[in-house]
Amino acid sequence: MSNQAALKHTPLNVTHRELGAKMVDFGGWDMPVNYGSQIEEHHTVRSGCGLFDVSHMLPLDIRGANVRPFLRRLVANNVDKLQVSGKALYSCMLNEAGGVIDDLIIYFMDETWFRLVVNAGTAEKDLAWMEKMNADWGMGLTLTPRRDLAMIAIQGPNATQVLNEALPGVDQITASLKPFNAAAMGEMFIARTGYTGEDGYEVMVLAKSAPFFWKALMEAGGKPIGLGARDTLRLEAGMNLYGQDMDDTTSPLESGLAWTVDLKTERDFVGRAALEKSEVTKQLAGLLLLDRGVLRSHQKVHTKNGDGEITSGTFSPTMQQSIALARIPLGIAPGEEVEVEVRDKKLKAKVVKYPFVRNGKVLI
Amino acid sequence: MNIPADLKYTPSHEWVRVEADGTLTVGITHHAQDLLGDMVFIETPAAGRTLAKGEECAVVESVKAASDVYAPVAGEVIAANGDVEASPESVNKDAYSAWMFKLKPANPTDVAELLDAAAYQKLVESEAH
Repeated sequence: MSNQAALKHTPLNVTHRELGAKMVDFGGWDMPVNYGSQIEEHHTVRSGCGLFDVSHMLPLDIRGANVRPFLRRLVANNVDKLQVSGKALYSCMLNEAGGVIDDLIIYFMDETWFRLVVNAGTAEKDLAWMEKMNADWGMGLTLTPRRDLAMIAIQGPNATQVLNEALPGVDQITASLKPFNAAAMGEMFIARTGYTGEDGYEVMVLAKSAPFFWKALMEAGGKPIGLGARDTLRLEAGMNLYGQDMDDTTSPLESGLAWTVDLKTERDFVGRAALEKSEVTKQLAGLLLLDRGVLRSHQKVHTKNGDGEITSGTFSPTMQQSIALARIPLGIAPGEEVEVEVRDKKLKAKVVKYPFVRNGKVLI
Repeated sequence: MNIPADLKYTPSHEWVRVEADGTLTVGITHHAQDLLGDMVFIETPAAGRTLAKGEECAVVESVKAASDVYAPVAGEVIAANGDVEASPESVNKDAYSAWMFKLKPANPTDVAELLDAAAYQKLVESEAH
C-alpha cells in the first residue's frame, strides 16, 4: 500500500476508518470493501437497511438551453421519455463504433438542467467526451462536475423508515417519490434509485455534511455496507457492472442492454449507425452453477453453439449457490446446461433468465 | 494478531502443526482468512496424493476471491478434512482448528525450514506496508 497517499478519498473516508472498515484501492479510490462479514452485510440489505458510500461516482450537472437536444444525440436511450421533473433514465453513452463509453443515470430537473451520475473509473473519460461533443455540436452548454457532493445509498426494505428518521422533513418527499424519480430538498438531492435490487435511495449531500448525515442514518438503524456486498447484491439483481459486463469494445446489444437502446424512433445518436450495421451473435445470460465451486469473471463457458465467457461471477449469499453473468452465443435458451472451465475442471451450469433476486425474493 | 507460538508457518500463509508422530497438520492462517473474507468453498487434496514442496494442493474461495493452498514441505497426504469442505465458514471462525489436510513429510528435517511465529509475524507486518 505504498501508493496510499495517491489514492483519492471520499468525504466519508475518516468515517469508514473509525468504523474499522477494511479499505482497498478501488480504481484509484480508497474505499471500504467490508466492515465485518461481507455476507452479513449482504443479508442486511435484503432484510433491513444498508448504507453505502458511493461518493466515488460523479454527479455532473449539465445546464443551458440545449441540454435535451444534446442528450438526444449523446446517449442511446431516449431522453424524451423524461417529461416530468425528477424522472430518471438509465442509458449507455456509446462511441462511434457502438461500444459502451459508460452507463449512467440521467435525471431531468428542468429544460435547462439535467443531472447525470457517471461511474468513478470512467468519470474523466466521460467528461472529456461530453465536452468534445458539446463543442463539436456547438451546444454551448456548461458541464459542472459536482465533486463538492457526497453520495450515500440507503438500500433495503427499511430504507424509507431509516431515511425518514435520519432526515427531518424528508417524509414529505419519500411519501410520494416513485422508483426512478428524484427530488431536490434544499442543497440535498433525493433519488429513489439504487444498485441492489431492493427499494431505496441515493442521496446527494454537500461533502461537508456527509459524515454527520451518515451518523444520523446509522443512529436510525442503517448499517454500513462495503463495496464487496455491493457487488454480490447487484449481481443477484442482474445489474451490469461497467468494465466487466460491458466496455468500450462491446455492444450494448450483446451486453443485455438492448432494452436501454432506443432504435424505435428516428432520432440519430452516437453509435446508432454502427449498431444498426452490426450483427448480433452473442447474448448476456445468467448462469447458475450446478456443481460445487464458484464462478468468476473470465472463466470460459462451453455451449453447443460455441464458447463464451463469464463477465461477472460470485457466490450468491441469498441463494447459497454460485451465479454469474456470461456472454455466450445466441440460441442457448434458459434451462439448457453448459460447462464452465474452473481451474482444471469442467463444471456444469444451467442457463437462467436473470435477475436472480429482487426485493428479497429468489426469482430462479 | 493471532499467531500461535506453538505452530510453524509458511510465507504463503499456511500454518503447520508438527504432531507427536512427526506428521503435519496444515491449514491457512488467521491473517490469510482475514484477507480473503467470508469463505464459501474449499477443496482439499485426496488422501494418498504425493506433493512436492510448494505444490498447489487445496483451494479456498471467499466471496471475493479464490486462493491456492500450497504444500509446506514435500510429502504424502494422509488425511483431508471433509468438515471444512462442508462448512467453509469454520475457517473464518477459527483458522487454527479448521485444518485442511495432514501430511507425512518425505524428509522429517524439512520442517526446520518453516517459519516460527516470530518470523511469520515479521513477514505479515512487512506485507502490510
